[in-house]
Amino acid sequence: MSIPQLLVHDHEDNVGVVVVENLSAGTDMLCVVTADNSDFRLTAKADIPIGHKVALKPLKTGDTVVKYGEDIGKMVGDAEVGGHVHTHNCKTKRW
Amino acid sequence: MALDFSNTTVKAWRRENGRVGVRNHVLILPVDDISNAACEAVANNVKGTLAIPHAYGRLQFGEDLDLHFRTIIGTGANPNVAAVVVIGIEPEWTKVIVDGIAKTGKPVTGFSIEQKGDFETIRQASWKAKEYVHWATELQKEDCPISDLWVSTKCGESDTTTGLSSCPTVGNMYDKLLPHGLYGCFGETSEITGAEHICEKRAATPEAAAKFKQIWQAYSDDVIFAHQTDDLSDSQPTKGNILGGLTTIEEKALGNLEKIGKTSSYIDAMGPAETPSKGPGLYFMDSSSAAAECVTLMAAGGYVIHTFPTGQGNVVGNPIVPVIKISGNPRTLRTMSEHIDVDVTGVLTREQTIDEAGDALIDMIIRTANGRSTAAEALGHREFSMTKLYRSA
Repeated sequence: MSIPQLLVHDHEDNVGVVVVENLSAGTDMLCVVTADNSDFRLTAKADIPIGHKVALKPLKTGDTVVKYGEDIGKMVGDAEVGGHVHTHNCKTKRW
Repeated sequence: MALDFSNTTVKAWRRENGRVGVRNHVLILPVDDISNAACEAVANNVKGTLAIPHAYGRLQFGEDLDLHFRTIIGTGANPNVAAVVVIGIEPEWTKVIVDGIAKTGKPVTGFSIEQKGDFETIRQASWKAKEYVHWATELQKEDCPISDLWVSTKCGESDTTTGLSSCPTVGNMYDKLLPHGLYGCFGETSEITGAEHICEKRAATPEAAAKFKQIWQAYSDDVIFAHQTDDLSDSQPTKGNILGGLTTIEEKALGNLEKIGKTSSYIDAMGPAETPSKGPGLYFMDSSSAAAECVTLMAAGGYVIHTFPTGQGNVVGNPIVPVIKISGNPRTLRTMSEHIDVDVTGVLTREQTIDEAGDALIDMIIRTANGRSTAAEALGHREFSMTKLYRSA
């Protein structure tokens, strides 16, 4: 298998993590779900730094963000599929 | 095929109390901040000794003083230490430390500065330190089962790669070694926040779960809500965490908890710098999430090797405990590889499984126990940071 650009912990997750440096918008990413090594493809919609998250589904304000199969926070802005999810559009529900 | 570690041994020092140490330090240990200079002078006079200066030890009281004593005594009592010279400003608290360390059976002598001054204290303490160095350097290593090691963990400068690679690598190590009788330890009370409900479920018994919950709740009530300004989002996740892609404390905590593996459960939750008292197994320690403070507390609890996953690249070490750094972030391996002992970038490229990464970490634990200097040791990282609970009297 070639080297993936995006890893996803769990099938329930709606975000994945960029695991390569210098990922540019328009890249056709190989995405691997680490739970069972299954894979799929997704196009990156922005230049997204290594370690940062990508939306796997269209995410709207108020949606719950799921990673590790768990609730990690809520959207406070929108993200399209392949878009960047981080502090500009995602926040903990705790505070 | 899975490796069998049941017959694996390491060459290490078996101490008077039966515990196994992987380093053989002669410590020059200050009771308080104002005894640092004398300790450093003794360490300068006598090669092969190590002074560990720190910032506290005067006018502390109550629980804070208990923690100070427990940390200093635990550091001297750690099996990586062969013998200890203790120096304090006055004799009474110096004796508290000496008596605490002496319970291990190892050689320990205390000196106090009042009525003598630094010169005379340094002269007397140097003679004793020299005697200890001659004695300690003749101690022989012996074959000890790997299960005699006490191995702690705490991650730092985390990012999303730690939850994918380096933290599950530590978890895999625990899943493999704890069943053989290893003592493990994780903590970071503040950084479990966001996954406290999951951590609670990973207790082996309802009693352990209740103790964990009590510790976590006390932290939340006494520290967070008592001092909260608006929210914690300026410090948790840290700016470094955010650069690395972590967005929320929940996301950070879930990655953090990967360090306790898939099958391991903790048998007790204990206070900072406390020594495990329920036999072999995994323990939760109430501890700071600041790297140096946390490693210092776990070392004082008696742990002899520390495993430290890092994403963005933490550089921490400890004076008496070798800190093994594990990273899976290719940028960190490219820009600061001098700090990393175990490279698990292969987990992200899918060229290495978590199982293989866990074996690589166990191999590095064995090599470190046998004497290999860690990156932190080679680079002189000796951070000794005491946890202080509140203002002094």
